[in-house]
Amino acid sequence: MGSRPHATRSVYLDHSATTPVRPEVLAAMLPYFGDKFGNPSSIHSWGRQARTAVDSAREQVASIIGATASEIVFTSGGTESDNLAIRGVAKSMQTKGKHLITSQIEHHAVINTFESLAKDGYEVTYLPCDKYGLIDPDDVRKSIRKDTILISIIHGHNEVGTIEPIEEIGRIAKEHGILFHSDAVQSLGKIPVKVDAMGVDLLTISSHKIYGPKGVGALYVRKGTRIRPQVTGGIHEKGLRAGTENVPGIVGFGAACALAEEEMPEESKRLQALRDKLINGILSNIPDTVLNGHPEKRLPHNVNVSVKYVEGEAMLLNMDLLGIGASSGSACTSGSLEPSHVLLAMGIPHELAHGSLRLTLGKSNTGEDIEYVLEALPPIVEKLRAMSVFGR
Amino acid sequence: MYNEKVMDHFMNPRNVGEIENPDGVGLVGNPVCGDVMKITIKVKDNRIEDIKFKTFGCGAAIATSSMVTELVKGHTLEEALEISNRTVAEALDGLPPQKLHCSNLAADAVHMAIQDYYSKIGKDPVSNGDKS
Repeated sequence: MGSRPHATRSVYLDHSATTPVRPEVLAAMLPYFGDKFGNPSSIHSWGRQARTAVDSAREQVASIIGATASEIVFTSGGTESDNLAIRGVAKSMQTKGKHLITSQIEHHAVINTFESLAKDGYEVTYLPCDKYGLIDPDDVRKSIRKDTILISIIHGHNEVGTIEPIEEIGRIAKEHGILFHSDAVQSLGKIPVKVDAMGVDLLTISSHKIYGPKGVGALYVRKGTRIRPQVTGGIHEKGLRAGTENVPGIVGFGAACALAEEEMPEESKRLQALRDKLINGILSNIPDTVLNGHPEKRLPHNVNVSVKYVEGEAMLLNMDLLGIGASSGSACTSGSLEPSHVLLAMGIPHELAHGSLRLTLGKSNTGEDIEYVLEALPPIVEKLRAMSVFGR
Repeated sequence: MYNEKVMDHFMNPRNVGEIENPDGVGLVGNPVCGDVMKITIKVKDNRIEDIKFKTFGCGAAIATSSMVTELVKGHTLEEALEISNRTVAEALDGLPPQKLHCSNLAADAVHMAIQDYYSKIGKDPVSNGDKS
């Protein structure tokens, strides 16, 4: 029948997809499923207790991004925050204009929202990137028109880890009096994400990428910025997002932010060292591999490589049998029959996009994990190359 | 995502390689999915005496390539032309719906290899209709 490889280790390398809820966060959340179950809008003590918890969490979230608590709107996650920011501005500013600027390499939550608005009569400019996935601030400047009302550029890239020149773009946006949004879902907790330094008016962040629970995120809305609410109903979140607050989730998110803020300086260094060990190990031990994304302007936890002559899902399946969890930009793993739009926008040829491997590190990863992966990968690649149509 | 049979063919694929001086070659590619398959055959007395495959592709692509070679090896060319993409998927006890398109290449590659053989020996290409 043949042999099946045996996993001697469990190595999760898909932290950009999601992260486990850390014990401290879970502990902080539990009371709000139990005794402290109140609706924050209720007048009585159950409600007040819950309201206090939400207020505290709001402070914690504001702190990590250098905002004030009143500028934080809780949502159901990054996707909803992106929707609220983009649609919210599009609707509130439409009398000024209907031109929107974003990039070709945004997360689907951003791109698909812009595409939806385009169907509703908005005009969208999708800026190209260079081979590293970097957006040129000059391209932003050149595409600004009198009727431009929003610029949205991702901060730290979810696929290839490239860190965009947000501060520069922020300055350009300010110069022209245009609202500026950035999706910082991947960068929060990994690199400094401070709204004033970045010059953003709107910022998307999410809980489940920083060891908080899924189903909760936030949109930072700079004081004075008018956006049209997308989820309407009660007057929650200052009328910007209706719905009874997900108290346990929000408490968890706050706790996760507090911990991330505290640990980031050390943890980023640690992750970066492991990241570089993994990158160098792959590039030097496996021939015909190439790094995707910028080598330096890169999130400290992101590894994205293309392995020539083999396909991504085939690698992932082999790795999975060895206890290693990762992801790929190949069409077969995307569920949409297309390889990553990001890799293609970077000018990476289809075959290399299909052979991409994304390994994103996190708290649980150690040097031994990296060694395990570096030992496991070459034989996998060799075996797949032996049966490949392509090769040297 | 994949059942035991598919995983077996994926991890232990049968008939990997390339026949030297093949009697027929079938090269098919699906640029959308990114899978490419190359089937080479050796024909003797109207039977597929030997068959090998090379595939660039995902789990389903590799498993279906392996399975199709197993299904047609030793059979007559006519029997091999009868094999459809559905036959291959069924032989594997099924594939996830989003993976069925990946399996479309396997039977096509075998058919192409046989057509290639026919054209080499001067026989008219067989129209085998759409059997999938």
